[in-house]
Amino acid sequence: MSEAVLSVGFAGPHVSIQDAGRPGFMRFGVPASGPMDRASFAAANVALGNPPGQPVIEISMGGLVLECLSGTVTFAVAGGGFVVEHGGRRAGSWSVATLRAGERLAIRPGHWGNWTYLAFAGRLDARGWLGSLSTHVISGLGGGRLVAGQTLTVAGAELRAEREGAIVCPVTARPRQEVRVVLGPQDRFFARETVAAFLAGPYRLTDAYDRMGVRLQGPALPPGASLDMPSEPIVRGSVQVAGDGVATVLLADHQTTGGYPKIATVIDTDLDAFVQLRPRDMMVFRAIAPEEAVEQARLRAASAARYLAAVAAPRDASARP
Amino acid sequence: MTAAPAAGFPRFRPVADRALLVEFGETVAKESHDRVIGLDAALAADPFDGFTEAVPAYASLLVCFDPVVTDHRGVEDRVSALIARGAAVAAQGALREVEVCYDADLAPDLAAVAEASGLTPEEVVAAHLRGDYGVSMYGFAPGCAYLAGVPEEIRLPRKQAAIRGVPAGSVIIAGPQCLVTTLTMPTGWWIVGRSPTRILREEDADRPFLFDVGDRVRFRRIAREAFDARAKP
Repeated sequence: MSEAVLSVGFAGPHVSIQDAGRPGFMRFGVPASGPMDRASFAAANVALGNPPGQPVIEISMGGLVLECLSGTVTFAVAGGGFVVEHGGRRAGSWSVATLRAGERLAIRPGHWGNWTYLAFAGRLDARGWLGSLSTHVISGLGGGRLVAGQTLTVAGAELRAEREGAIVCPVTARPRQEVRVVLGPQDRFFARETVAAFLAGPYRLTDAYDRMGVRLQGPALPPGASLDMPSEPIVRGSVQVAGDGVATVLLADHQTTGGYPKIATVIDTDLDAFVQLRPRDMMVFRAIAPEEAVEQARLRAASAARYLAAVAAPRDASARP
Repeated sequence: MTAAPAAGFPRFRPVADRALLVEFGETVAKESHDRVIGLDAALAADPFDGFTEAVPAYASLLVCFDPVVTDHRGVEDRVSALIARGAAVAAQGALREVEVCYDADLAPDLAAVAEASGLTPEEVVAAHLRGDYGVSMYGFAPGCAYLAGVPEEIRLPRKQAAIRGVPAGSVIIAGPQCLVTTLTMPTGWWIVGRSPTRILREEDADRPFLFDVGDRVRFRRIAREAFDARAKP
């Protein structure tokens, strides 16, 4: 088995190793972590013929520059509308190409999106924690954030020429300005007019945006005067309102419990598209019934499976056996 | 040990498309927490199809599920049946021991806690050691367990402002709660000691965290030499 050795020339903030995450440890204060945009992450892996949950590099708006010191490895970039510069060519994310010794790969933000995923035909070597390489950024546990000067190794690196080319970008990967929520579980702490103001919006994402969550700017949501709730569990997608009436949507590295009320919870189906909104983008929340949320989750699971099955086919039909 | 259900509870609240919050009360009370732990144990012993995980808190249990397999109504029916069978009764948790050194340089707030409580530092240490603590829930950061049971005489509100860079292993108190930190972090709680006891124990696949919610905890005082020997990386 050959390996590819990559040197990190530059890594922006919030660039980290992620795999499918470590679900099941929330009871111990550990969120699942994993990719912010899980659908694009899976697409990057599957487009290379990898299992969907293999470790990748999650790249923020800060961008990433790698230099290939040795070896040859085919890579895929999926998520957002990023710019991929490599071997004198300029492409967008949603593409597969091959990186060779001496070449430089630069990925930086383009016209849309916040996060993109760089997957390799091989296995990225990194430190695991509780069975996953996903980085939990505040604790530094897991594979870790990338820093300039660091060296990465891709074990079992392969050239997969039949995979090279474009990956279809599904419409569901686009940022979503209308984000569906189920109200609660602590909406009772807010006056009826406050819940109405929350649903009327609009809200703007602020720069206070990292893997833990994103603070919103928009109608204030003062909790009721008699706010006295014990700490309650938090999920990815919880819309938590602090004492000052400011809402934060909690994301992949969220705290697992907290004493602020959650006025609503973003449905899982819309979270991948929500995180691709950029700071200063506008959005509104729309409330749906829990039954409809479950129905949407089932529809999405089926359409995601169909999409990944199509992406899993090699792009170069002539290379098929 | 039967906890009397609070009137109107349990209450079921849907959480987006993949969880159900089961509330046993709206305040921090032992009766509600016992019911949380009892239901948590019953689900672990007898999970339903599509169960993914449960997250215990003071007065509620979050029950997460795969929406492709089941839905809020199905989970509520299953949880109600477990409660009807008497599942929401806590068994006695295991007793865990946490070593703590109270030397002044490891316990920067001991003198202030003593002054605010009208006690000597040694009396604060004695009170802290006397506490019979129970693990209420985890939160804030990986492995950070809220331990309820700080004796009355050393209960203080949190400080006005958080102190940054408090080292991992710090034993901190505020109100009835005590916590042993697992990361370097800011905190507004009072730092009364430092522990070398590891709470994140990845090498132990069966029990990667020292405590389960519902366990009981006792602190044991150790001398500086023992702390230095154990705290080595």
